[in-house]
Amino acid sequence: MESIELLINRKKVKVEVDSNTPLLWVLRDHLSLVGTKYGCGIAQCGACTVWIDGEPMRSCVLPVSAVGKSAVTTIEGLHEKAEHPVQVAWDELDVPQCGYCQAGQIMTAAALLKKNPKPSHDDIVAGMSGNICRCGTYHRIHNAVKRASEIASASNSSKKK
Amino acid sequence: MKTTRRSFIQKTALMGGVFSLGFDWFESKANSGIMQQMNPVLDTNRFNAFLSIESTGKVILYSPNPEIGQGIKTAFPIVVAEELDVDWKQVEVRQANLDTQLFERQLTGGSGALKHSWERLRKAGATARHMLIQAAAQQWGVDASTCKTSKGFVIGPNKGQKLAYGALVDAASKLTVPAEVSFKSRADYQLIGSFVKGVDNYKVLTGKPQFGLDTQKSGMVVAQIVRLAAFGSTLVSFDAAEVKKMPGIIDVVSFKNKVAVVGKSTWEVIQARKKLVCSYSDTSNLESDSTHQKWFDEGMKTDKAKVERKDGDFHAAIAKAAKVIEATYECPFLSHTPMEPMNFFADVRPGSVLLAGPTQVPQSAQKAVATLLGVPENTVQVELTKMGGGFGRRLNNDYALEAAELSSIIKMPVKVMWTREDDMTGGIYRPAVRYHFKAGLNDKGEMIAFYLRGVGLNAGNSTRQDNFPVGAIENVLIESFNYNSAITTGPWRAPITNFLASAEQSFLDEVAMAAGKDPIQMRLDWLQKVKTNPVGKITYEPDRFIEVIKQVAEKAKWGKKGANVHQGFSVYFSHLSYVAQIAEAKMVDGEAKVTHVIAVTDCGEVINRSGAENQVIGGIIDGYGHAMFSKLSFDKGVPQQKNFDTYKLIRGNEIPTVEAHFVNNGIAPTGLGEPALPPTGGAVANALFAATKKRLYRQPFAGPDNANL
Repeated sequence: MESIELLINRKKVKVEVDSNTPLLWVLRDHLSLVGTKYGCGIAQCGACTVWIDGEPMRSCVLPVSAVGKSAVTTIEGLHEKAEHPVQVAWDELDVPQCGYCQAGQIMTAAALLKKNPKPSHDDIVAGMSGNICRCGTYHRIHNAVKRASEIASASNSSKKK
Repeated sequence: MKTTRRSFIQKTALMGGVFSLGFDWFESKANSGIMQQMNPVLDTNRFNAFLSIESTGKVILYSPNPEIGQGIKTAFPIVVAEELDVDWKQVEVRQANLDTQLFERQLTGGSGALKHSWERLRKAGATARHMLIQAAAQQWGVDASTCKTSKGFVIGPNKGQKLAYGALVDAASKLTVPAEVSFKSRADYQLIGSFVKGVDNYKVLTGKPQFGLDTQKSGMVVAQIVRLAAFGSTLVSFDAAEVKKMPGIIDVVSFKNKVAVVGKSTWEVIQARKKLVCSYSDTSNLESDSTHQKWFDEGMKTDKAKVERKDGDFHAAIAKAAKVIEATYECPFLSHTPMEPMNFFADVRPGSVLLAGPTQVPQSAQKAVATLLGVPENTVQVELTKMGGGFGRRLNNDYALEAAELSSIIKMPVKVMWTREDDMTGGIYRPAVRYHFKAGLNDKGEMIAFYLRGVGLNAGNSTRQDNFPVGAIENVLIESFNYNSAITTGPWRAPITNFLASAEQSFLDEVAMAAGKDPIQMRLDWLQKVKTNPVGKITYEPDRFIEVIKQVAEKAKWGKKGANVHQGFSVYFSHLSYVAQIAEAKMVDGEAKVTHVIAVTDCGEVINRSGAENQVIGGIIDGYGHAMFSKLSFDKGVPQQKNFDTYKLIRGNEIPTVEAHFVNNGIAPTGLGEPALPPTGGAVANALFAATKKRLYRQPFAGPDNANL
């Protein structure tokens, strides 16, 4: 057991865990941040995707000791009122079916748009294909990423005005 | 339409300022003897609050059925809100827990919820609206027939007469429940058939706890269970000494060939269970894929197959047929692999049991746990959580029973979690099935004889003997043969038809080609025959079949897409809905690729356009993905795929585009969670055949062993 300090969703937290514990289980079991989901435990499905310093990572295989001082962002920290363009687009297009994989999809999509604010359809498909959705909501996921890009760009241009 | 007064009950004084109206499910039960003894009208304990309206105007609608991603928690309230005539923004939807006294058919399965509840949901809304109008009319001293409603208000005939529902709840709750109410006409629908977003979206988008695996209860410990590695073996002994030394481990107990590792946190349990040493009975004779192939071969030859249907004389007809077509199709076992693996919480105490978790059938969980523990059913409470998919897996409560049994042994509240590997190797699979078809054509190319034998492994009757094209063919013989396998099986989205339809629709394509007929026209000719002169009993409506076929042919421009677009047609009836599909394949870099699927669905009234599209498109992607890629194989009883690295699910870069069209004819709604899946495999196989001239007989189509069977 080690005492580990983490920066999660802009808050400092301290946990007493084995340093090999994957970040996923630290979030879910020790910090009650259960929005990040377990799907496979081997970084295949993407349900556990969080950001480490803004980069999407699979938290199910990331030992908590490797996080260090990096800022962790989970679905709970993306935007608490669900007003991030990706969340807005996800709701507008009514993407979720069962909803279980969607936290990982959303975190992946939001990271993709940070790097590539105006992705082509091929960019979107390539960027999102690491995340499995068993309900088959892929079309709406792709359309929602595009829509989020439009929302973000409209909001940016209105800010500039 | 008549609604007897006794079928509605009010609950007013007890709730203070809230007008609630529900439907007494007992009224609808066949056993009226029981009902009479129970005095249903005044027994508020059996009151089912479908809706309650608070004096603030807020409307609360309860959704009794488990939400698994099929959208029922959004669809049910839409129907009530439509007849009640409220603004959807005023509505809050709550998930009801299991209550066998209040609700009937509180389950998710068989695509049956809307079909079952359509009338009573409408009645609940319409009755409340009627009473609110009465209350307003009395207040204004006008005739109720001169009043109307609009988005949560009653509007009177004179200027300024407008009252919010919330202001009328007290008066309305004192009125007598009307004996009969009228429904809105379809033309006036504002919500039904519109695009309504899922009521849980906000929770999903912000990561709020709502799934079974998110369950946290006071004093709860977590556990994982090591089950038999091989189907058919038994646990001889185990050594948990090293497990118990691991940090965070509370206990290790064994029951029913299982060893449960109980600990403080998930990761500690995952680490500790690796130290468990289990010794199993001899596994050398357990089932492998080769065993199953042998059984399929034998099952096709046995004279012990069960006759499921017989029309005319198949053997005589095939003997004089001008042309005979034969083919064998086969599918493997499949895991359900919902994204949320199996899990359940149980807290077994003297005198009370609390269960919480994802189940499609909470009442069965309650019964089975009561039986297992030898306690009265009414001491077992079940809280329903949202489910991260299910696809039929959660119709089996094995995982809920395990949790209850474990809690009863360790005397602690416990959440049992299955890892992905546990989930994929833990059984209850889509059964593997082999089909053999035979068709006899006369010299005009008409099918005069049709034969099907299904051989399944724990599949029961692997045929659907009364389904189309049966009814159109003079001489039919349909048989099934089942092997009892040690590998456990259960319903998987569109049970049996998920592959039967694929095989049959592909075979009918072969028949059409052998007969020199257009596959669509061949079906239409048969359906005309069924309309005028059906052979034996039929379970489908030919006109509804004809309509979806005609519409899909038109929308897909059947036969008019040019030489580079290869089309494949399929149509199937299941769960009382009709779905026709045309898949398109193109040659890309010398390989055939399915690029587009067009579906026309008749599920009667479309309740939620968004949810309906999700079910159809999702069902097609599900059907396509599993037909193309997925397979669970076995070696000496051990599943050979354990996680998503080897068990392939379709990903977003592998999907065809999909168009979902609806006939939307206003007929009472029928199932939609499943019916779009069965036709897909056939449409895809037929399109790929059109592109490559190679017939695919074995799923997964993209697998290595697609040799002609």
